[in-house]
This record gives sequence, structure tokens and C-alpha cells, in this order.
Amino acid sequence: MNQQKLKSIFAEALGIEESQVTDTLAYNTIPEWDSVAHMALVAEIDDQFDIMLDTDDVLDLSSFAKAKEILQKYDIRFE
Amino acid sequence: MLLKNKVVFITGASRGIGQAAALLFAEHGARLILHARYAASLTETIEKVAKVSSISPYVLTYDVKDFPSIKNSFKAIKKEFGRLDVLINNAGVMNESLLGLVSDELIGQTMETNVHSVLYHMQYASRIMMKQKEGSIINVSSIAGTNGIEGNSAYSASKAAVIGATKSVSKELAPYHIRVNAVAPGFINTDLIGHYKDERLEKVIESIKMKRIGEPKEVANVFLFLASDLSSYVTGQVIGVDGGMVV
Repeated sequence: MNQQKLKSIFAEALGIEESQVTDTLAYNTIPEWDSVAHMALVAEIDDQFDIMLDTDDVLDLSSFAKAKEILQKYDIRFE
Repeated sequence: MLLKNKVVFITGASRGIGQAAALLFAEHGARLILHARYAASLTETIEKVAKVSSISPYVLTYDVKDFPSIKNSFKAIKKEFGRLDVLINNAGVMNESLLGLVSDELIGQTMETNVHSVLYHMQYASRIMMKQKEGSIINVSSIAGTNGIEGNSAYSASKAAVIGATKSVSKELAPYHIRVNAVAPGFINTDLIGHYKDERLEKVIESIKMKRIGEPKEVANVFLFLASDLSSYVTGQVIGVDGGMVV
């Protein structure tokens, strides 16, 4: 459930298809995921999961797989 | 009412300009979030606000140099209000010292309080405001930041840094319809100038074209303009509130 939710967030924030959101999707490897979109992505994750990411985590959030790893620190589980 | 139901966060709201802003914004229907280092120091502001508004302020107490507390405060704001319309970065310190007497400790304390905390408050506020696609951030600089004041190099440097940060962030956040401006007060009747007496005070007043000290409310009036839709097309600006002071 959270996997799909996060996928939707990435697709919405980056303006890409959900099919493009895989574990290997990484920051700055597609034109849509630049630094500006990164901030929109962070705002969307904050909002949808009702959290506030630490600045260090914002900087570490370098891929979809890494996002899942980071979110577990905020008690958001992925099966 | 220019700010009816707008959620407004004011740091350093216990006295002076911050308190004046709290009162003015309460009169204009804002839902206030008031910050001070200690809860007791906000008592006077809260009592005054209660006389002009039926909405009780939400209180946050922390040292602005304690950066994890800044994040926790914004988490609390998000939980309590779900949004943030206006942030006023007003908390600050002024430590006078001639250049030769400026210490590492003084520089560190001044920069952490006046610059680092402003950046972190903007960072977290913008995360809430970006989602809303609207918001106004007002940073309090100083005539010391625009013109420099002798015996105040660290403070002047910190307030100049606030201007640089304001202009930079205004460009980053404009696409999200978040406006970011700075206000540069001159010589205002607050505790910060309490040690100016007699000849020294007269000399400063002489340097002000309007020949008087400014009042905190006169700065708060400019905050109100920048916080409200009256300034809907104004961003990246530094507005002096100094009565024509020359330094």
C-alpha cells in the first residue's frame, strides 16, 4: 500500500508515468528529477505521509529505493 | 481585515517589533503562532492580543539556535494548522563590538541566531507553503545590513546575509507563488536601543531626516503590507523603515 502511495507521489511530483517509477529511478538521471522537482517531491512526501523529513534525509533521498529506506525511519513500512 | 484566518508565525514575538506585529496581525484576523525563547516572556504579548482578538495564539518556545527544535516546531504547526500562510523571521540578537574586539563566540552566536535560523525557518516553512502554492516570508534585516553601522560589524554582516538569503530564496520560491521579502528597520524604539542615552541618542536622532525614533508599529505596518495580498506582486525586495536615516 505504501509502495503504491510512494510511487504515485513520485509520478505526481516529477510529472512522469508510474511505470517509470522503479527502485532504480535515481536523482538527476532523468530530466524531470532535477533539484527543483526534488523540492516538490519532498513537499509531497511530507504532506502525503504527514511527516517532515530531516534535511539530511532530503539530501540523501537519491533514488526511489533510497526513499523507501529513509521513510522506514519515520515508521512507514514497505512490504 | 487583511489577514482573516491566515496562519501567521512570528519569531521573537515577546517584545518590540515582534509584539507590535502580533497585535496588528491579531487585529486583522490572523491565527497567530507566537515564538519566544521562554514561555513566560510571551505573557505580555498574549494578554495584549487577547484584548483585540478572540483567537488564542499558539505558542512555541525554543532557542532559535537549537536547529532540531525548528524542525519540531514546523511539524507541530503542520499538525495543528495544516498550513502556514506567513512566516516572519523576527528573532535576532545585536551584540555591539568594535572590529578588534569581535570574538569567535560573538560571530558564532550572531550568525547562528540571525542567519542560520532564518535559513532553517525558511527551509521548513517553504516545505509547507510549496504544497499550498502560496505564502509570504518576511525576514527582518536592518539598516545595519544595508548600510553598515560602526561598532556592529558582526551584526551588520548577519543582517546583510539576511538580505542575500532573501533575494536568493525569493527567486527559488517565486514559481510556487511564495513571496520572500526583507524589511530593514532603522532606529526603532525597542529594547535593542535601550542603551542609547543622552548625547549618543541625540546624535542618532540628528542623523534621521524625520528627526524622531521610529515606533515598532510603524515596522509592523510594513509587515502587514508584505503579509497581505496588498503586496501580491512584490517579492525579493528590501523595504527600509527608517525615517530617512543616514548612517
